[in-house]
Amino acid sequence: MAIDIIFGIIIIIGFLLGIKLMQSPNTAVWGNRLGALSMGAGFIFSLIRFQVAGEILFWVFVIIGALIGLMLARKVKMIQMPQTVAFFNGSGGAASAAVAVTAALLYSGEDIVAVFLSSAIALAIGTTTFFGSIIASGKLQGLISQDVLSFKSLNQLSLTLVVAGAVLALISPLFQGQIFILSWPFITIFFALYGVLMAMRVGGADMPVLISFLNSLSGIAAAISGLAVREVILVGTGALVGVAGLILTGIMCTAMNRSLAQVLSGLKPASAHETSDVSSDESIVAEKETADPGETKSTEPEETEDSLSASQKAKEILLKAKKTIVVPGYGLAVAQAQMELKSIIDLLEEEGAEVKLAIHPVAGRMPGHMNVLLAEVGIDHEKLWEMDSINPEFNETDAVIVVGACDVVNPAASTSTGTPISGMPILEVNKAKNVIVCNLDDSPGYSGVPNTLYEAENITAIWGDAKENLDHLYSLLKE
Amino acid sequence: MLIFLATASILGYITISRVPPLLHTPLMSGMNALSGVTLIGAVSVYATSPPEFKSLAGLALILAMINVVGGFYVTERMLKMFKKKDPETLDKEQIPWQ
Repeated sequence: MAIDIIFGIIIIIGFLLGIKLMQSPNTAVWGNRLGALSMGAGFIFSLIRFQVAGEILFWVFVIIGALIGLMLARKVKMIQMPQTVAFFNGSGGAASAAVAVTAALLYSGEDIVAVFLSSAIALAIGTTTFFGSIIASGKLQGLISQDVLSFKSLNQLSLTLVVAGAVLALISPLFQGQIFILSWPFITIFFALYGVLMAMRVGGADMPVLISFLNSLSGIAAAISGLAVREVILVGTGALVGVAGLILTGIMCTAMNRSLAQVLSGLKPASAHETSDVSSDESIVAEKETADPGETKSTEPEETEDSLSASQKAKEILLKAKKTIVVPGYGLAVAQAQMELKSIIDLLEEEGAEVKLAIHPVAGRMPGHMNVLLAEVGIDHEKLWEMDSINPEFNETDAVIVVGACDVVNPAASTSTGTPISGMPILEVNKAKNVIVCNLDDSPGYSGVPNTLYEAENITAIWGDAKENLDHLYSLLKE
Repeated sequence: MLIFLATASILGYITISRVPPLLHTPLMSGMNALSGVTLIGAVSVYATSPPEFKSLAGLALILAMINVVGGFYVTERMLKMFKKKDPETLDKEQIPWQ
């Protein structure tokens, strides 16, 4: 027993050092590798302890899982990272539930109530995590509508499910054997439905919060199933992951100025709700349209002329600008225009301008998503600045290029009350001398709140597909 | 156990809050892979399962392996991008639409 604990602690130290290495982009790769190595060591050690290495069936299961994980991990594109992480997260939650249940079936010692209790709780949390993650993944992948699911008694239904499930999970362990086992399907159903509802209620741009939260839950599920199987390493690592997830969830909530409860209940004030239904439909249609570069756009003909002269104006602004800040949003990635943006940035820098990129904490569908999408095309991460560091610089900036971002630069967030984005900190692009907006159109973003930035005088708007427009702007700048 | 839990939580908090927002996506992905530590629990229950429970334990193994292998691999893919500053050496696999 003692050597298990010692080894477990060594592995957890390995994980912690791995995280420490992730504090800098240059060492981060090694942090992940150290984590993987520690996990591998834990796996091998468990093979020795439990002596299953000889069973062929064991390896069949292990290899099936490894292959599925590997195939998915190789195939996914960076823009699909949120749904991929969500999916893997779900499978981990389900694993914890399965382990917990099996452990309860096997246990025949003295501490049976404690084991049953941990097992029931792990089953509950693992199931919620799995179903919540699968739905979240489906929504992000576009398989399920990104609208917020909302009907009158939704909150009450969710609450009932959670309470009923919790009562069942906490009380049934007191009854031994058969009765306890009978409660499992019910616990599973209650929490499965709760997980589904939780994820269905959260809309597209709130996904970063949901994913962080589910990430945390899967850690907690692992920790509690660790109590059921009496494994120190599960408890420790699970706690680590649980805490990490909660911290990130907190950061996301602060960045959106909404509490976790608000996000999870899909709360939006009634007035913005109707417009947001319309605009989120539009933005899904718009996203689908820009994702198919082959389709010709059915925009009005005079818009093309407008965008031509707007591009000319943008060109002049940019060539004169000594300092330019780019604000990329999720729309940039949807339009797959990162490469074009990079070309423009490189060109401007060759002309001697200082170019920085401002990243809002909730840009993208996952914390830090935008950074990954930009690194993907080789944009140097040292050019990427967080909102709090770069906001003071906008009033000394000659030009701002906003691409595929709306809510994060909407001044209405600071001036209005009662909207989903009220009070949300924004990137203060309106303080710069000139702002070039390169969005699909002027309809509101996810929040449904019209963007008052568009009404300002120093705006040059180039509407339409960002990939085409940026490409065109680049060729203009090259002349 | 509880003291251990508390220590792990505190240490986790300290290290994680120093990871820059730049790396939050790979951090989440990495944390996610770590939650696959359930794998060890799966091995444990598989080993002690009688034949009638082997498939349930086997399912746990599959699910945990997906989490672990997939999780570490995507994190690796992402972090490699942050290390390289030279776009010419970018893996073509990472820009699939080109």
